[in-house]
Amino acid sequence: MNGTATGEALRLLTKGNEAICLGAIAAGCRHYYGYPITPQNDIPEYMAARLPAIGGTFLQAESEVATINFLLGTAASGKRVMTSSSGPGISLMQEGLSYMAGSELPAVIVNISRSGPGLGGIAPSQGDYFQAVKGGGHGGYRLIVLAPHSVQEMYSLTMLAFDLADKYRNPVFLLGDAIIGQMKEPFVPTPYDASFPQEKPWALTGCRGRERQNLKSLYLKDNAIEVHNWKLHGKYEAMRQTEARAESYLLSGAKIAVVAFGTAARVSKTAIQWARKEGIPAGMLRPITLFPFPEREVQEIARTADRLLVVEMNTGQMVEDVKICTPHHDKIGFFGKPCAMPTPEEILDRIRALAGRKG
Amino acid sequence: MKPDAKPQFTKAVFERPRSLVDVKTHFCPGCHHGTIHRIVAECIDRYGVRENTVGVACVGCSVFLYDYIDVDVVEAPHGRAPAVATGVKRAQPDRFVFTYQGDGDLAAIGTSEVVHAANRGENLTVIFVNNTTYGMTGGQMAPTTMLGQKTSTSPYGRDFRGDGYPIKMAELLAGLEGTAYSARVAVSTPAQIRKARESVRKAFEMQLNGMGFSIVEFLSTCPTNWGMKPLDAQKRVLGEMSEYFPLGVFKERKQADFA
Repeated sequence: MNGTATGEALRLLTKGNEAICLGAIAAGCRHYYGYPITPQNDIPEYMAARLPAIGGTFLQAESEVATINFLLGTAASGKRVMTSSSGPGISLMQEGLSYMAGSELPAVIVNISRSGPGLGGIAPSQGDYFQAVKGGGHGGYRLIVLAPHSVQEMYSLTMLAFDLADKYRNPVFLLGDAIIGQMKEPFVPTPYDASFPQEKPWALTGCRGRERQNLKSLYLKDNAIEVHNWKLHGKYEAMRQTEARAESYLLSGAKIAVVAFGTAARVSKTAIQWARKEGIPAGMLRPITLFPFPEREVQEIARTADRLLVVEMNTGQMVEDVKICTPHHDKIGFFGKPCAMPTPEEILDRIRALAGRKG
Repeated sequence: MKPDAKPQFTKAVFERPRSLVDVKTHFCPGCHHGTIHRIVAECIDRYGVRENTVGVACVGCSVFLYDYIDVDVVEAPHGRAPAVATGVKRAQPDRFVFTYQGDGDLAAIGTSEVVHAANRGENLTVIFVNNTTYGMTGGQMAPTTMLGQKTSTSPYGRDFRGDGYPIKMAELLAGLEGTAYSARVAVSTPAQIRKARESVRKAFEMQLNGMGFSIVEFLSTCPTNWGMKPLDAQKRVLGEMSEYFPLGVFKERKQADFA
C-alpha cells in the first residue's frame, strides 16, 4: 500500500483513532486488549474486527485494571501489545503501569483523553497532562509521552511508540484527545521501518535451553531496590538526552512564541498564520514528546522571543514545565480552555494582546 | 567406583523433584506452602512441562515462587495474577501457565480477575492457598477468615453482622460455565497429600487438554499468625476449617464444550 497508479504516495482518509490501529498493526502489534469508554471506542472496535483476521488477538477485559495486567503478561511474553482508553480508565491502569515500569516491560498505552476530573464529560481535554507526564502511579517512574497533533502523527507516532517502548523496556504513552481521535483527514501510511532489533532475551517463554528467569518489581534484599531505582533513573536520563522531540513552526524571527501540544497546537497554527498576515512575527514550539520535555528548545525560545504564549485545553499544566525551563517567567502568558477546543480567533486575540496590538 | 555414582543395589524411591530448587525456604515452621510448592513441582515434572512453563506469582508470602520453583515466573500486582496469566497465555497458547495465589490475593482484591478468567474459560491453572488470613502483612482478617476467628483486624472475632461470611471460592468458581475443574484439598495428612496431588494432576491435565480454567484450593495453615503450634494448626485444618470448607471436587468437565 505504498503507492498509486500515478506514482503518488497512497493517501487514506481515516479517523485519528483508526490511524492508531493502522500504525500499531504496521509496527507488528498483534495483541490488543481494552475496555469500552468514550471517545476511543473506534480503536477496540477496529482491532476486534481486524486482529483475528491477521492472526492476532483481541480481548475485551472486565475492567481497565485487568486490561493493563493482560498487557503486563503479554509484554512479559515478549510480544508487542497495546491498549487504549480515556481518563477514568487510564486512572484504573496506574497500578499496572507502575508495576510495568518497575518490571521494565514495554507496551503502548493510548489515552484519547476526555474531560475530568471524575466522570467529567466526553468533551476534548488536555487535563490528563499531569497524570501522563508526572506519573499517575506510585513509586516514582517515568513514561515516554508522545503527543500527536494530526491523523498522520496518530499513525507515525504509534509506530515510534512501539520502538521506544522496546528500546527502553518501558511503557510508552500516546496522549491524544477527543478531537484528534474523532477527526478525519488524509494521511500517508508510510511503511514501518522494521530495522529496529526486536530480540527480547529477557522474555518469559519457558526456560528451554537456559536458566529460569523472572520479571518482577519486588526487591527486598539489602539495598537492591535503591540500586534498581538508580538504574531506572539512568534510563530516564538517557531518554531526556536523546528522545526529546519538538516541531518548530515559523519560529525564525518569532517574537511571540506559542507553546502548545496536540489539538491546541493544531488550532494555534491557524492563529499564527493569521497573525503573520497581520505582520505579527508569531511562531510556535510544539512539544511532540511531553516526557522527555523539549527543555533546550523551550530555553532557546524563552531567550529569543519577547513573549511566550502557552495554550492548553486545561487550566494550566504544561505551563509549569515551561516555567521550569526558563527564569523569564515574566515573558510567559497562558491561555487555557478546559474541556473545550479553543478557536483560532481566541488564540489570535491573545497573540495580538501580547504583541501590543488591538484586535 | 566414583564417589558420586549411585550404588547398584539401591533404588531411589523418594527424591527432590527436578522442578523444586534445592534451597531453604523462608516459610515459617508448620506452614503448608513448602508442601504445596512440592506438589506443584512434582506435577510439573510428571508432565514434562518445566521448560515450557510460565508461572505467575502473586503478592503475599508466596511471592518468592521464583526462588523455589525452577521455571520462568512473572510477578503480578496484588490480585491480578489471573489477568497477567491471561496475557501470557493469549500471547503463548502453547505454554503451560499457572498462578499461585493466597486467599487475600485471590478472594479479596483479586475476586474480579479470577471470576472473569474462569468465566472466559481461560486455559490456565490456579493454585489457591487458603489459610484464612493475610500471612505476610501480619495476620489480618481475610475474606476466608472463619466466623469468630480473632485476627489483628478482627480482634473481637469475625462477626458476620459486620464482616460477612467466609467465602467459598472453589464452590463459587465451580458455578461458572468456563470452569473446567474446581476442587478443594488439604495437606494435613499423608492421605490428603496424595489426594491433593491427584487434584493438581487433574487440573494440569485440563489445561494440557485445552479444556479451560482449572483451580485447586488448598486448605493451609498459618501457625505464626494463628498463634498456634504447628500440630495444633494441623488439627484446626482437619477440624473446623474442613467442616466449613468441605474437601472435594466441585466441577470436573468431561469434555471440552467446543469442538
